[in-house]
Amino acid sequence: MPYSFNIPSSKNQLRLMRKYVSEVLADHHVSEIETNMIVLAVDEVCANIIIHGHAGKDIEKVSLSIDFQTEGVQFEIIDYGHAFDIVNYEEPILGELIRNKNKGGIGIMLVKKIMDNIEFKSSENKNILRLYKKVTFED
Amino acid sequence: MLTIDKQKENHYLLIHVSGEADASSSIKLDNAIRDAMDEGVPQILVDCTNLNYISSAGLGVFMSYIEEINQKSISFIIFGLSEKVLKVFGILGLDQLLTIKKDKEEALNSLDAV
Repeated sequence: MPYSFNIPSSKNQLRLMRKYVSEVLADHHVSEIETNMIVLAVDEVCANIIIHGHAGKDIEKVSLSIDFQTEGVQFEIIDYGHAFDIVNYEEPILGELIRNKNKGGIGIMLVKKIMDNIEFKSSENKNILRLYKKVTFED
Repeated sequence: MLTIDKQKENHYLLIHVSGEADASSSIKLDNAIRDAMDEGVPQILVDCTNLNYISSAGLGVFMSYIEEINQKSISFIIFGLSEKVLKVFGILGLDQLLTIKKDKEEALNSLDAV
């Protein structure tokens, strides 16, 4: 049975989503370090959707579901804002961001480093993002 | 929630960062570091002992000062990172581009060594 959570479309409410995901992963015996990494990746994509896809509008719906599989966990994030194809997004170069004193530009880089598989589909107004992470479930 | 508390010591500025540095709160961290830079503080210590979480927004704040720290030869030392937060600094190798020490004692020792 997948878990599901409606993410408030406001960046100062993202902590509620993080708390929910952390608790679900803890219930499934995922280590604290690994949980933090996974929560970070989900946080990044949700922040991206809220800030860019919804242009600051707090009313639009973002839903998250979590599905545990034998060797890992899959997150599905559905939203109805502007589509942002994270899979085909060309990442900036870290050295250039540093030289230019940028504060942004590393969120998606983190997601791609953390997650093992990322899929993005967009049809009509609906965007579906799936993130998969192999996980060691502790006893 | 992110709380920033600044403390002026004899020869350095200590910035305490506690809570969660995420997409909405990291601006506070940025303002605190920006102010210290603008005041021309040559030695800045950032105490992250009570920092429970950092996202790209918080990391990005630190990243954006790397160039300035190097150009102005500022001693900028982060200390007290928990293992999970330190791991996040390590994902893109920012832990190698910033000075990170285990605790306040190590941070102060490295100031003395300059």
